[in-house]
Amino acid sequence: MITLIKRPTPSKTWSWATPIVAILATMIAGGFLFAALGKNPVEAIRVIFWDPLFGPNAAYFRGQLLVKAAPLILIAAGLAVGFRAGIWNIGAEGQYIIGAICGAGLALAVYPAESVWLFPAMVVLGALGGLLWGMIPALLKIWFNTSEILVSLMLVYVAQNLLAYMAFGPMKNPQGFGFPGSRNLQQYASAHNPELIAGTGAHWGVMAAIVAVIATYILMHRHLAGFRIRVAGEAPRAARFAGVNPSRLVMVCLMLSGALAGMAGLFEVAGPNGQITDGFNSGYGFTAIIVAFLGRLHPIGILLAGLLMALTYIGGDMAQLMLQLPAAAIQVFQGMLLFFLLGFDVLTNYRIRIGKGAKA
Amino acid sequence: MKRRSFLITTAATAMIASAGLPAFAEEPLKVGFIYVGPVGDMGWSYQHDQGRQAIEAEYGDKVQTTFMESVPEGPDAERALTQLALEGNNLIFATSFGYMDAVMNVAAKFPDVKFEHATGYKTADNVAVYDAKFFQGRAIQGTIAGRMTKSNKIGYIASFPIPEVIQGINSAYLHAKKVNPDVEMKVVWAYTWFDPAKEADAAAALIAEGVDVVMQHTDSTAPQAKAQEAGNVITFGQASDMGAFAPMPRVTSTIDNWAPYYVQRVGAMLDGSWASGATWGGIDTGMVEIGEISDAVPAEVKAEALALKDAIAAGTYHPFTGPLNKQDGSAWLAEGVTAEDGELAGMNFYVEGITAELPQ
Repeated sequence: MITLIKRPTPSKTWSWATPIVAILATMIAGGFLFAALGKNPVEAIRVIFWDPLFGPNAAYFRGQLLVKAAPLILIAAGLAVGFRAGIWNIGAEGQYIIGAICGAGLALAVYPAESVWLFPAMVVLGALGGLLWGMIPALLKIWFNTSEILVSLMLVYVAQNLLAYMAFGPMKNPQGFGFPGSRNLQQYASAHNPELIAGTGAHWGVMAAIVAVIATYILMHRHLAGFRIRVAGEAPRAARFAGVNPSRLVMVCLMLSGALAGMAGLFEVAGPNGQITDGFNSGYGFTAIIVAFLGRLHPIGILLAGLLMALTYIGGDMAQLMLQLPAAAIQVFQGMLLFFLLGFDVLTNYRIRIGKGAKA
Repeated sequence: MKRRSFLITTAATAMIASAGLPAFAEEPLKVGFIYVGPVGDMGWSYQHDQGRQAIEAEYGDKVQTTFMESVPEGPDAERALTQLALEGNNLIFATSFGYMDAVMNVAAKFPDVKFEHATGYKTADNVAVYDAKFFQGRAIQGTIAGRMTKSNKIGYIASFPIPEVIQGINSAYLHAKKVNPDVEMKVVWAYTWFDPAKEADAAAALIAEGVDVVMQHTDSTAPQAKAQEAGNVITFGQASDMGAFAPMPRVTSTIDNWAPYYVQRVGAMLDGSWASGATWGGIDTGMVEIGEISDAVPAEVKAEALALKDAIAAGTYHPFTGPLNKQDGSAWLAEGVTAEDGELAGMNFYVEGITAELPQ
């Protein structure tokens, strides 16, 4: 007989141990999966987790790790603040798209003017676009008590259609022979978000991600506002007595996470991606939700989780190429990580007792 | 610039390392592929993979092929291509339009690696492009559709408003109209190349509107299944033969047969004659293949379709031959004039008679 007994307070130890246990469990279960596909499991795990960091050509892949992790960390850092307060912004993907459209829109409108102010202005517009898109669910929640989960999620689809419209319509490259997609901002010096140090992959978005981690750490753990946000999430009634204005909290959380997601979109469209295309968004906004939880909603945890997630993507690609593992198997492997994390999370809030059931 | 030299150094190191191996074991030519969908999509990516297998069958030990599937367009594609180049692939096929700028970026960093990009328009000394004249197949489909429809309504599941797709809609409509002046074309934009759920929805919507012919420029078999459910609706296999749905609803198909081109290009690599260029193959070169016309098609219609196919293959008939007007009534091609390839490559208008509006 196995029984779960609720802990009086969540276990600190398990809260930090579950991600590690989940990663190990993913490696083991993934190993079985790869073995069932006829591949050497040890080699597969090595290719995914070791080769991108220390294998041949690692110098290139380490840089790519930053490229892949930066938007995840930047978005997740913002989302985590809201999640702490019990405000669920599921629509970061949409805010990411709108940020990219707004920032890139400015560059495309003034093309080919060169100015040192263009890129900073694009960043501001990107953040503003994401912020405003995040404000829609906030206002609807405050005025009509709608669910921010549903509204923010639905707005992703609106943003996606807007993106397709932009790629096929107003933002289409006039020199693109009728093909969809905007001009490539990588070829527009003032608008380009380049590698700051050659070969490292580090662009302005990576810098912004690091700043976001530090800033949210200070906000959440060294500042009264962060304390209020956490209280609001854990004990809403107590928070109200402590003078927390719930409406303002909703606004702040959604606007902050929206702005960071919008910035992430801008850095991506002006840098590694370069173009507004209909397939520009590649799920960073949704993956960032996993990253936020994998990182225990803690800024430092998010930093590590973002890098780990990026590692599974890049390593997964390598495993595909070196071992010809099917892409779907890699996706299952990534899915397992979240599955095990949520599964082992039970241990944070419950104790397991084996033996006779608790007294009736 | 620094990054470029870094990558070249890395590539050079890899080459020196491999050159250090015993010279008597002749190194096979390494050929890499990236696919936008899973190899099991039974459509676009599947057909490219058939081409890859044809290379292996033709050259055996002299070549070694690898592929990466489900590679999203954008930075992920750039990383995948870089990875293939770093792994020492000498010839890399990038099989989706959206890989274009990624191919150009990576090709600039690896001048000794040859790239082949499907359906794009940017070339370089080490980047060739290739595409198939799918509209030739649509002419045959249009003829069969015009003859066989009873409701005089033809449905078309379109993917994206790009020239290749617009050529197909125009060609299908013109040839249906030629044999049946009463036909009407209904176009649904799915904004996807492969999404069984969306494609099924699109097919269901068209069938509900009374169409009894469903054409698709998307790659899944979902529309075929919907048509089969509906009963008296005919369809055409897209990209691959989709023969599982013959004789009804699938009455014939347009098959993308990349194998002859791939075998030829790899042969050119092996004998050192590879050169950049743009190839647009049709029925004549075997790149566009017409699947078997099933018994559901009346014999005289089948004979008419085959005669059309032979005329196109022989070059005596061009699907876009004047007099033709654009949708707005303005003149396009004068009597007896045929459309030039360059003009078709940028086609962004419907021909006269199509009532749908082209998304801009």
